[in-house]
Amino acid sequence: MQLEARNVSFGYGNNLILRNVSLSIAQGEHVGLVGPSGCGKSTLSKLLAGYLHPKGGEILWNGKPLPSRGYCPVQMIYQHPEKAVNPMWRLGKTVNEAWKPDDTFLESMGIEKAWLRRWPNELSGGELQRFCIARALGPQTQFVIADEMSTMLDVITQAQIWKLLMDTIEQRNIGLMMVTHNMDLAKRVCSRIIWLEELNNL
Amino acid sequence: MELNNEHAPVLSVKNLSVKFKMYTTGAKQRDLEVISNLSVDIRAGEVLAVVGSSGSGKSLLAHSVLGILPRNASISGDLQYNGEPLTPQLQAKLRGHEIALVPQSVSFLDPLMRIDSQVIGTTATREKQRKIFERYQLSKAVERMYPHQLSGGMARRVLVATAVIGEAKLIIADEPTPGLSPDLARETLQNFRELADQGAAVMLITHDIDLAFQIADRIAVFYAGTTVEVANVADFQGDGSQLRHPYSRAFLAALPQNEFRAISGFQPYAGALPEGCLFHPRCKYCTQECKERTPPMRELRGGEVRCIHAT
Repeated sequence: MQLEARNVSFGYGNNLILRNVSLSIAQGEHVGLVGPSGCGKSTLSKLLAGYLHPKGGEILWNGKPLPSRGYCPVQMIYQHPEKAVNPMWRLGKTVNEAWKPDDTFLESMGIEKAWLRRWPNELSGGELQRFCIARALGPQTQFVIADEMSTMLDVITQAQIWKLLMDTIEQRNIGLMMVTHNMDLAKRVCSRIIWLEELNNL
Repeated sequence: MELNNEHAPVLSVKNLSVKFKMYTTGAKQRDLEVISNLSVDIRAGEVLAVVGSSGSGKSLLAHSVLGILPRNASISGDLQYNGEPLTPQLQAKLRGHEIALVPQSVSFLDPLMRIDSQVIGTTATREKQRKIFERYQLSKAVERMYPHQLSGGMARRVLVATAVIGEAKLIIADEPTPGLSPDLARETLQNFRELADQGAAVMLITHDIDLAFQIADRIAVFYAGTTVEVANVADFQGDGSQLRHPYSRAFLAALPQNEFRAISGFQPYAGALPEGCLFHPRCKYCTQECKERTPPMRELRGGEVRCIHAT
């Protein structure tokens, strides 16, 4: 198993929202994580990406803990791209933050050259989200977690963005976990759906 | 659902244009036209869903009708409410009474005011508020809460309650469902359907196309600040061959439950709009005429379309 949560528990303050959650995702597998608002989907995503540390249990990457420094092989893409980029940086700097994508790659992400000179407030959500996806797809990325990545976008942009991401991750055999409320979307891009409530022993 | 076409529209918008005065470099100003040639109307008893990409002018239409655009905005065109010109004076009189807004975000609530005072506002009564809380399954404890104590779903219901307590005749709901679970989203939209069935006109601005399909009577499709098509909801069923505008068809085809197929390109920015039809750079039916002339909105097969090639 590539990415694994073993008996993971987590809570904010004294409120436990995940109790003994276990799941494993194989190399190159695409899974959808679904469940009602507030059930801990985003929290589990952040745990799996190493942004949060479980209070109990462990997160394993190929059987070992996630690396605590250097490039993390598990990368996240968030719901609000405008909150995931530095508003004081031109996008050319943002997209080179973690690795140096070349022109061909940027073109395949539908990023126009002129946008690299722009500030985040000069692009639409769908355009900004392309930068966040490109930034997350460095050569060392082996797993992507997309937390409601297209919820704020209109349906045409949503279909565009998913095509860009799926083309790359399928080509490079990158694993995917996507969080969504849209079951039709989950069925489109995933081979397996996980209901968080069924895993959570609250 | 039967449309009462014989009734005059509650709200009629003709050739609306909204411009923002912007500073460019230094003290130079220019007008940025964000809505152009927008025409739509809505009748009593009907739910009109407004769909389209982000930045296509959906919220600005709502704010224009209510007269709550920022001060650097100027509007032109013809806005009528029950046949009367919708002047700033009339807007101020109707706003919050006959015309109600269900805002997009909970940030429209006053963070320092208890929920009951906000819902009662200046005109309603405690009795009315209790009744409406019961209807939206808000417990009595919610009355004494402040906005930050509400969950997303509760806040959404509070916003709806605030809008409908005054027995509004025109309800404009701006994205009332994001962040709600599918059940709660369906229930919220069902509330709007009921309000329309009781005689209100409801304009529902939404991304939730599936739900809009279930409760709307007609759907208006916006693109780059204008209306490209207004059609009966039935035309959106099936493969979209009943639709009139290529953008509406592309919109339907992009849904995950349909083909999940996207057309290429981007919606143009205000300030960098193409000449002629605003959709022509992305349209496979584009001809020379499309590049030169802005097509007018015209009636076609029981709907309206802004495309010279539509049949």
